Amino acid sequence: MVSMQPQQDYVLRTVEERGVRLIRLWFTDVLGRLKSVAISPAEMEKVFEEGLQFDGSSIDGFSRVQESDVLARPDASTFELLPWARDDEPSALMFCDIEQLDGEPFAGDPRQVLRRNMRKAHDAGFTFFCAPEMEYFYFRDGDPSAPLEVLDTASYFDLTTADIGTDLRKTTLHMLEALSIPVEYSFHEDSPSQHEIDLQYTEALAMADSITTMRLVVKKVAQDRDLYATFMPKPLDAMQGSGMHTHMSLWKDGSNAFHDPDAEYGLSTTAHQFIAGIMAHAREITAVTNQLINSYKRLNDGHEAPRYVSWARNNQSTLVRVPVTKSNKPEGTRIEYRAVDPACNPYLAYSVILAAGMKGIEEGYDLQPETRANLFDRNEASSAGVATLPRSLDEALDEMEASELVREALGEHIFEWFLRNRRAEWDDYARRVTQFELDRYLPHW
Amino acid sequence: MTSVLVHPQGAATAVAKVLDLLGASWKTVDDTTEAAGSEPSGGWAGAIVAVDDDPERAFELARWVRSREQATTSILMLVSAELLPELGDHTTLFDDFCLTPFHPAELEARLDHLLIRSDGDDAIITYGPLSLNVETYQAMIDRRPLDLTYMEYELLRYLTASPGKVFSREILLSEVWGYDYYGGARTVDVHIRRLRSKLGEEHANLISTVRSVGYRLGQAKWT
Repeated sequence: MVSMQPQQDYVLRTVEERGVRLIRLWFTDVLGRLKSVAISPAEMEKVFEEGLQFDGSSIDGFSRVQESDVLARPDASTFELLPWARDDEPSALMFCDIEQLDGEPFAGDPRQVLRRNMRKAHDAGFTFFCAPEMEYFYFRDGDPSAPLEVLDTASYFDLTTADIGTDLRKTTLHMLEALSIPVEYSFHEDSPSQHEIDLQYTEALAMADSITTMRLVVKKVAQDRDLYATFMPKPLDAMQGSGMHTHMSLWKDGSNAFHDPDAEYGLSTTAHQFIAGIMAHAREITAVTNQLINSYKRLNDGHEAPRYVSWARNNQSTLVRVPVTKSNKPEGTRIEYRAVDPACNPYLAYSVILAAGMKGIEEGYDLQPETRANLFDRNEASSAGVATLPRSLDEALDEMEASELVREALGEHIFEWFLRNRRAEWDDYARRVTQFELDRYLPHW
Repeated sequence: MTSVLVHPQGAATAVAKVLDLLGASWKTVDDTTEAAGSEPSGGWAGAIVAVDDDPERAFELARWVRSREQATTSILMLVSAELLPELGDHTTLFDDFCLTPFHPAELEARLDHLLIRSDGDDAIITYGPLSLNVETYQAMIDRRPLDLTYMEYELLRYLTASPGKVFSREILLSEVWGYDYYGGARTVDVHIRRLRSKLGEEHANLISTVRSVGYRLGQAKWT
């Protein structure tokens, strides 16, 4: 690793030169929600030296019985000026790693969990690169008690409304670029008011930071126009949900380890084993990649969401897709995992996906033949004999609880807390009477 | 970086545009008294002297610049074709000249060669609209601050120090990141893309990709 000293000097110098008034220290709770503590420039040097001590018991998933104080250690390499800060009050952000008071990584910190999994892959010579396709909706407001109102069809004859979403997206892209988050593509998705922003690949830890930042930027830009943006996986019954399909590759010694010019389709043994690992453990990791009750409404709905544990080279209905790469661009060889949704904690989701794939490599898993059936067709799927992904959070949690792989990837602390927290939510939900039930049963029973 | 002297005030507009493009600061003066009065403490970074309707005043100013302690200060004369013969008698008073009306690209090239490379301020590296202060870590493009992360800054600084030279990903990785950074050469690509997006559409092409070789800042050199 690069020594942090020059990076910290750089931050201190920039804070001084640019007259930064406030530095926001960012981290996420176990569910991936962004937390922020602001400090003044005068405190910066001390915080670099000693970390910032705070009481972790108020953060979901941080609390422990004996000791609740933890240290936030800013990662100087993530320092950015906030593009939306006022000119007369420049502000900056830095992501933090959370440590125990004795300087050991704090087991409840999702960023440390991904760091540990990345290091483990690195010990085997690999670096994990990700590029997610972030889907989300814009609505008139975020009031859950009123029916959701999409922007595009809100008023059929008002030509300008259709452009609002596109306009918002454009503003979002400029802000993302100013924050070192380059965008590959962006476009209007299939559903009304649904948009997609594809981020350019980077190594998974930096990408998890970028996703966290990106979700905030999208919401902020909408809020500035009195609108609401949501990454909820399935906000509307009749429309397809929002996914976070992620393109992934492993790199070793400066080249793409998924590529082998002599292999069939240019796909290396490493790639085969990685896919086999993900497939073998797909049911176990789904609770983490799809952590909300609502996540399963998207998965069960079909559309572009996968329902079956399957892979194929160019079949949009499978869980793992291997996009065809141009023959002159071997470095573009990659796989796409399609279950993940944008309401996940990206640090944990990428940790379990990487752990599953690496398991396949370590153990030399065999890859089953690719699926040629159209899995959006249930009859075809059942005759293809493929396993299904969990149909509910409840089922996913059962799978996760029995998984040694997920326990090891997340670490005991987060594994236990996550199960407890998600089970409690499921139990709460299971007791609720829904509108669906009233509509269906009240007239007849 | 200290300022470039521009004489006379009437010559300023067109010259200023070019100096701004080079990221150089400048001041206009009309005579030696003014030049002495507004001289920066480290001396003038260079002088651009237009030989106008009063050639003697121009030569007097050049003579004054030559007499200063900063013997390295370069002088560029701007002169019309009719007045060109005047220069013949004063060849020791300038280092280069440019015919008026000048083409901005020509003046830029001459100034770049004459002033920027010899401005003696080691803290500033410039290329075209780009300037980096290696003491304060600040980067500017078109005189507006460029907000970079440390690694983006270091990468840009490395490339800017040798414009026109192509560096392989491996060299950049070992020189900028240190040899054992675990992102591998792919990391270099990621940071180049980030840099380009921060430079903005207008300037993204300052960094070019040289297929199967690596990256280069600015245009290829003829050599």
